Amino acid sequence: MNLNLKKESLRKVNETLQSIDRKSNKKIFKISNPDGNHAICAGLKDEIEVTIDGHTGYYCAGMNMNANIIVNGNVGTGVAENMMSGTVHVKGNASQSAGATAHGGTLIIDGDTSSRCGISMKGIDIIVKGSVGHMSAFMAQSGNLVICGDAGDALGDSIYEANIFIKGKVKSLGADCEEKKMNKKDQNILRSLLKKASINESEIKNFKMYGSARKLYNFNIDNVSEY
Amino acid sequence: MCGIVGIYLKNKKYNSQLGKFLTGMMNSMATRGPDSAGFAIYSSEKKKKYKYSVCSNTDQVKEISKKLSRHVKDIKVKSISDHLIIETAMKPKKFIEILKNHEELSLVGYGSCIEIFKQVGNPKDVVKNFSLEKFSGSHAIGHTRMATESAITTDGSHPYSTGEDECLVHNGSLSNHNNLRRSLQKKGIEIKSMNDTEVAAGYISNGLSDKKSLKETLLDGLKDLDGFYTFISGTKNGMAIVRDEIACKPAVVAETKDYVAIASEFQAMAHLPNVNSAKIFEPEPGKVYSWGK
Repeated sequence: MNLNLKKESLRKVNETLQSIDRKSNKKIFKISNPDGNHAICAGLKDEIEVTIDGHTGYYCAGMNMNANIIVNGNVGTGVAENMMSGTVHVKGNASQSAGATAHGGTLIIDGDTSSRCGISMKGIDIIVKGSVGHMSAFMAQSGNLVICGDAGDALGDSIYEANIFIKGKVKSLGADCEEKKMNKKDQNILRSLLKKASINESEIKNFKMYGSARKLYNFNIDNVSEY
Repeated sequence: MCGIVGIYLKNKKYNSQLGKFLTGMMNSMATRGPDSAGFAIYSSEKKKKYKYSVCSNTDQVKEISKKLSRHVKDIKVKSISDHLIIETAMKPKKFIEILKNHEELSLVGYGSCIEIFKQVGNPKDVVKNFSLEKFSGSHAIGHTRMATESAITTDGSHPYSTGEDECLVHNGSLSNHNNLRRSLQKKGIEIKSMNDTEVAAGYISNGLSDKKSLKETLLDGLKDLDGFYTFISGTKNGMAIVRDEIACKPAVVAETKDYVAIASEFQAMAHLPNVNSAKIFEPEPGKVYSWGK
């Protein structure tokens, strides 16, 4: 089913996608002329596949549950923010706060993201084939952030129990983030994530892992300068 | 919030459509800044002529022209909505002094190729009032304002121009503008309003008058201007963009072989020709990007 945002209102298109007749066989949708509009495909909750042909604005695929959303273009701030499950695949670049506060699901970005990728992530898996900007994985609580390129300043600042896997250079680490030794279990996690994004498994050896040094969990006067 | 937009045409074939392009960009940024709007248009330079953009609170254009022509020879006045574009060979220093004797006129900007218009109201109405669609030129910069730290007046609207053929639009706010205003005023830079952006415009004028390039001045600004900002600055030769180191105020650039467009959000550029095949990127924090002759 084709949905044309030049002909139909954004509200109507989102309503159509949010109220799927589960008995029907209509599972594949296409959206044309997104023209940078905000909140396209926000709040989908069924197992459907939606392809967006073009660039989108803020909060694309926000709060997604179950749906598989593909964007043939760039996305604005907060793509897949607060996603619960499902998959979002961006073929271009993403702006700030990609996958912010998301609880689950998989976000794949073929290009780069700007700052704060995975900010406060709570269980999502994010795979970025390019580089990420500053303050990525800020206060990340759970889940995995895989970066095939480089990371900007203050990676993993105030991180909790999320894992960061990175192949390129880290400009600087944020407070309480440190390099970790990758064990078998971590390698298996990374392997499955690379597979999801169709990246060659043999790349695993080129990745480093970062996580929390767990020094800032409880207040300690010796660490006061770190807060 | 605020919306900022800018467009620089590399291919002259689009010059006659500059106003049309900017109208679309400002209209779609109206939601980011519904309080007031303004824009600066750069068209071809007129040798030995100056254009003074003036906001007037009287509709008696003929009388004003008569009054001014007593002091100024060969004057040409064009009236658009509540603005006048006064064209004369008289040099800025002298002409600005004369304007000061006319309380009903306030200078918005001047130069050999710039024209500036700004007004309180929804941007969609403002661009209509000034018939922006009809303008042509080489580059243009626009702003839609959501007022935060100074009143909703024409004085508080962007773009700000504190030097010949210069202008600045800003999304964000500055925290050290009071100190900076005082030190710039001591250096002889005229800053009329209590607005933070006008101080930044004065800072740029000061740098340019010290024979620094626009790029150097904006890089210096990263140290001297405290606050958060995405600036688009225009000169006779082109335009530049800079974002502060934290970069929480958005900006997207789309570049094709024919033009460079900047906007707070991509949707402001969706109507531009061949934008879907443009090189699209977000300016990195603390880095100056410029385009021009």
